[in-house]
Amino acid sequence: MTSGTFTATRPPTADEFDPGIPGFEASGGDWDEIAREAVGEERIVVNMGPQHPSTHGVLRLMLEIDGETVTEARCGIGYLHTGIEKNMEFRTWTQGTTFCTRMDYLAPLFQETAYCLATEKLLGITDDVPERASIIRVLMMELNRVASHLVCLGTGGNEMGATTVMTIGFTAREEILRLFEAVTGLRMNHAYVRPGGVAQDVPESFEDQVRAALPKIRHYLGQLGDLMLANPIFKARLTDVGVLNLAGCMALGVTGPVLRSTGLPYDVRKAFPYSGYETYDFDVPTSTDADCYSRVVLRLEECYQSLRIVEQALDRLEATAGAPVMVADKKIAWPAQLAVGADGQGNSLDHIRQIMGTSMEALIHHFKLVTEGFRVPAGQAWQTVEHPRGELGVHAVSDGGTKPYRAHFRDPSFNNLQAVSVMCEGGQVADVVVAVASLDPVLGGVDR
Amino acid sequence: MSDSTTPGGSADRPVPQPEEVLGPRSGELVSGSEQAGRRGRGPEVVQVRRGMFGVQGSGDTSGYGGLVQPVALPGAATRPYGGWFDEAVDVLAEVLATEDVAFDDAVERVVVDPQTDPPSAHAELTLSVVPEHLLAVCRALRDDQDLRFELSLGVSGVHYPQDTGRELHAVYHLTSVTHGRRLRLEVAVPDADPHIPSSTSVYPTNDWHERETWDFFGIVFDGHPGLARIEMPDDWPGHPQRKDYPLGGIPVEYKGATVPPPDTRRQYS
Repeated sequence: MTSGTFTATRPPTADEFDPGIPGFEASGGDWDEIAREAVGEERIVVNMGPQHPSTHGVLRLMLEIDGETVTEARCGIGYLHTGIEKNMEFRTWTQGTTFCTRMDYLAPLFQETAYCLATEKLLGITDDVPERASIIRVLMMELNRVASHLVCLGTGGNEMGATTVMTIGFTAREEILRLFEAVTGLRMNHAYVRPGGVAQDVPESFEDQVRAALPKIRHYLGQLGDLMLANPIFKARLTDVGVLNLAGCMALGVTGPVLRSTGLPYDVRKAFPYSGYETYDFDVPTSTDADCYSRVVLRLEECYQSLRIVEQALDRLEATAGAPVMVADKKIAWPAQLAVGADGQGNSLDHIRQIMGTSMEALIHHFKLVTEGFRVPAGQAWQTVEHPRGELGVHAVSDGGTKPYRAHFRDPSFNNLQAVSVMCEGGQVADVVVAVASLDPVLGGVDR
Repeated sequence: MSDSTTPGGSADRPVPQPEEVLGPRSGELVSGSEQAGRRGRGPEVVQVRRGMFGVQGSGDTSGYGGLVQPVALPGAATRPYGGWFDEAVDVLAEVLATEDVAFDDAVERVVVDPQTDPPSAHAELTLSVVPEHLLAVCRALRDDQDLRFELSLGVSGVHYPQDTGRELHAVYHLTSVTHGRRLRLEVAVPDADPHIPSSTSVYPTNDWHERETWDFFGIVFDGHPGLARIEMPDDWPGHPQRKDYPLGGIPVEYKGATVPPPDTRRQYS
């Protein structure tokens, strides 16, 4: 496949640089002097990050400051780029979920679901996904939304010195991670949602576990609200800080709680429903203040709305007990459900007994589907879901083979970071931390 | 076996159309092949696969060396497109006409993916736009009150190394919050001259997305305020998401066996 004739893959040559851009050469001098010569005044450029506790991972903020005022703010990203999209082109469609789940590590189930919905669209089986699988997806996503918002609120509080907010947030998140562990065996990087359904049904009495955890989560959310919403210091730090109005949000493509804090009730779950969200009863909270404080209020309120959806999903889960969680088409569905054996979780022993002892064809089918994977008709699909941070889009392209030809993820954190300049310039250095926290970027998703 | 050693789509060999090489099952293997025809109307053949399991240059060890499979993406749709698609395309043509741009000059083809009868509820509309008129189309889509695609969800690139003259595709994802609609613009440019006008003047949000597409695919967006690499280091050679850029990796030993890196493993497609 390599022909070596594509010229654009080589590095640019010297004559290709734009001569209109001034260049400044430094050879052993002091950068301050060079800057004074070039700009004619003294500027202080502060590098915040990429290793800074309040930049949510490896985000580099380049701030030009005048006293305490930020005159220019720029983001530097790419420190966590691992080539997940490229890697997905070399694995089967099913294996893709194990990669995309690692992008935004605080909201893994959203990437998985968006990717699987896009794959199902390409396969033309969107309407064939069993209802129970969709219910489990909704339940897991909404729990994940609460867990993600809890980290956002907790770390946001921690960055302002409110350590108790952080400890409460993470304690509450722990309740949800325990539920995830019960279903998928893992606390993150689940690879639980698969094209055609989910990897396995929820364990027995899972509904009771969730129902037992919900009051605890509500209790912690109440504590968070008590600590933050009426706290005068907290309000002074957040009110009228990091303002981004509706026009700014639309121009910069900012979605999620930041967009809803300007008053537009745009939520993909309502606007372009997927996985049966149109059948759930929930509200989309909005505000018109467009500042960091209103985004905290919205995130808290969204947690309560998510818990409402979780309760409805639990009722439906009980009503559909025993129903299939994977599409009926044997050419797509994974051959067997996983089961817990003496040596841990793995292929169900009944299934292994059947394919090894009774049916050669079943063994061949299992082998082909697991090693080779299923073929997806050539074409492209675009699927978005409402991620905790905004609209997550998946652009999946198939060439008719067993691997994605291209899987592009439009991560909301990546897009929303563009708003940092607008939200921070003209404000104080201390407000930068607050503004970035209100965007809630997760660098695993930004850099992919 | 010469077939398996020659990469498909070489200049001296005409690209076979799906119905020539596949026969009665072509509809199952290649979507959209029922309306085959010349380029621009029928399915867009972007690649021709030969052989199987990725074997090249070692003779026909797989026994599949003679296998020839064209990869055809869905071609131009026929009216009615279904749903709101017809209306939106008509309105776009009217708005473009007021700016003295003929619809057929600006939009190479209208693709509905998948096009079924009756129209599928999950169908997606793609407009294949020529680079020169991209900004006019974007402006019309954003500003006209009956279109109002005010939210751009970014740009993604796709590389089809064998689609001669149209190797690099930039795909724009637009959303109309007002009307609850979605639409895709696709711009194809040759690898030798990968220039597309930047859409940042219409959709400022595409700033970083275009930088990412430049970084990963080498598509140059003319007029972009600062087209620098965004994910890769500034001095990185090459554009990693292109198909001719290797994945890399080393063999890993596990319990006495050696697991080869993913891009050298057996291929099924």
